[in-house]
Amino acid sequence: MARTKSGFLLAAALIALAGCTKTPPPDVPGPGPDNGTVVDNGGGDTIRPGSAEDFKRSVMSDTVHFAYDQYDLDAQARAILDTQAQWLLRYPSVRVTIEGHCDERGTREYNLALGDRRANAAKNYLAARGVAPGRITTISYGKERPLALSSDEASWAQNRRAVTIVIS
Amino acid sequence: MRKIVAIGIAVLGATFAHAAAAQPVQAPPIQVPPAQQAGGAQEDDELVVDLEGGQSAPLPIVIPAMPTASVTATTAGSTDELGRKLSSVIDDDLRNTGLFRTVGPNSARPIAYSEVNAPNYGSWATFGAQALVQGYVRANSNGTLTVGCYLYDMSTQAELLRQGFVVGVGDWRRAAHKCADAVYSRLTGEGPYFDSQVVYVAERGPKNRRIKQLAIMDYDGANHRFLTNGQSIVLTPRLSPDQGRIVFMSYEDDRPAIYIYDMKARRQRLLVSNVNLNFAPRFSPDGRWVLFSMAIAGNTDLYRVSASGGTPQRLTTSPGIDTGGSYSPDGRRIVFESDRSGSQQLYVMDADGSNQQRISFGGGRYATPVWSPRGDLVAFTRIGGGAFRIGIMSPGGGGERLLTESWGDEGPSWAPNGRVLMFFRAAPGSGRPDLWSVDLTGANARKIPTPLDGSDPAWGPIRP
Repeated sequence: MARTKSGFLLAAALIALAGCTKTPPPDVPGPGPDNGTVVDNGGGDTIRPGSAEDFKRSVMSDTVHFAYDQYDLDAQARAILDTQAQWLLRYPSVRVTIEGHCDERGTREYNLALGDRRANAAKNYLAARGVAPGRITTISYGKERPLALSSDEASWAQNRRAVTIVIS
Repeated sequence: MRKIVAIGIAVLGATFAHAAAAQPVQAPPIQVPPAQQAGGAQEDDELVVDLEGGQSAPLPIVIPAMPTASVTATTAGSTDELGRKLSSVIDDDLRNTGLFRTVGPNSARPIAYSEVNAPNYGSWATFGAQALVQGYVRANSNGTLTVGCYLYDMSTQAELLRQGFVVGVGDWRRAAHKCADAVYSRLTGEGPYFDSQVVYVAERGPKNRRIKQLAIMDYDGANHRFLTNGQSIVLTPRLSPDQGRIVFMSYEDDRPAIYIYDMKARRQRLLVSNVNLNFAPRFSPDGRWVLFSMAIAGNTDLYRVSASGGTPQRLTTSPGIDTGGSYSPDGRRIVFESDRSGSQQLYVMDADGSNQQRISFGGGRYATPVWSPRGDLVAFTRIGGGAFRIGIMSPGGGGERLLTESWGDEGPSWAPNGRVLMFFRAAPGSGRPDLWSVDLTGANARKIPTPLDGSDPAWGPIRP
């Protein structure tokens, strides 16, 4: 069972890499000692390639941030999404949801729409980098799920975000 | 929907065929200017409830406990206890408008049953009262209550109002609200609003994991109950015009969709669900349609769908965010917000989406427009200078006034008479919101008591 999964994942990774013209960034994980085979060493801390944990470990960040009432991607956001795209191209069977979030300085319903814009901005960027759009769903939470809890610019900046979450 | 029967009351041998017919046909001594009139010249000897605020002191009014002819036990207490509670509710209703200085049943002496329609005017002179609300309560053999409601002018010693209400014992508060509504309308010339309900979102928990439940209560916070269990985020409920349904947005199964909750069946059903974000639902005035917003690939437009479901019809096509729609009371027009100009502003259009025109031009952003049930005003949230405030303007765009001053006031909803607004006020830092109401004049801002935090209030119509 483990052998089959390992072989599939390795093949998928090779296909993804073959289709990628760019040099993999330095943080791309190399094949593990077991070639990606899931090994439960009892501590439960083994990270399976192609998993949500692997995604978080491999990309620059799972989150991009936005300016107040904006949804355009700045250079840092694009750099982060580049690493997400590379990982997603390596694991083409993986699906993701992108959550769009806003700070508390917009009205509730407008923020739902703004969060949708932000999630779609990230999705469109990933799609432009070759990730099949059908693998990406979006959901907006508006201002319903802040990350930082204070009412100041530092917190608001953290809360204006699009978060990519691996779902399978 | 339980209906309260307004009856011609038979008290102490005097029988009236209709409550309305019992009202004096002679020129009434209390003259009230319409709400829009500035407080103009008033004759010194005229009893006036001034709605513009600051023009005159609240009208002194006495509300003694309602007596009962025979003390009878009911499931809501004995009729003599009920008489006191009924008067207390009337006291609260009138005092909380900010328009009356009340002397309620705790301060006024008890009255005899025989006094109800033969007031002892001289005995109330010490309070400086200008009006007197008396009444009685009777338990009927079929499990209902009859509540009589009388209003007297202290200076002319005229009976201004005589009405009776038959309610189920469990609905005793509604009889008090109906009586207070009749008194309020008689003295102000405005429509009633006390016998109404509010749906809202009850909130608790930490700021990053708020638990949100649909809840419904009387306008004053009484008879509170939760309608959903809080497992999914619920937002922006609205009562249907017939008050039998609530349309709202929910994240059930992590899919933002629009649901309709049936009050009688106590069940919800999906109204709009697809791969897109669907939100901001509002009933049309006839209850047959639901206006809502749908975001497709980052672009939000207004749609409408039959309240029984089906294929949505698209109403706007701008590339911006068009949301927050609200029908005019005649259903012919819609006010909504759009950021097509670069920031959120208010627009009106015909109900089919044609003739779109911008109506807000002040600084900052304008959001959450809601058309007054009287048709004469639009209320909104204005964002600017680091604050969210509640304001009003005419549907044509003029006459803007801001009613509140706060860090986070949002989401106004009109009382059924278009004179009072309810909204939620969030605190900086904690983000915890409470429900508040404010008069159209900006006076009398009051916190509405709720068992948990509260947001997204929607005031329902006057109950039948």
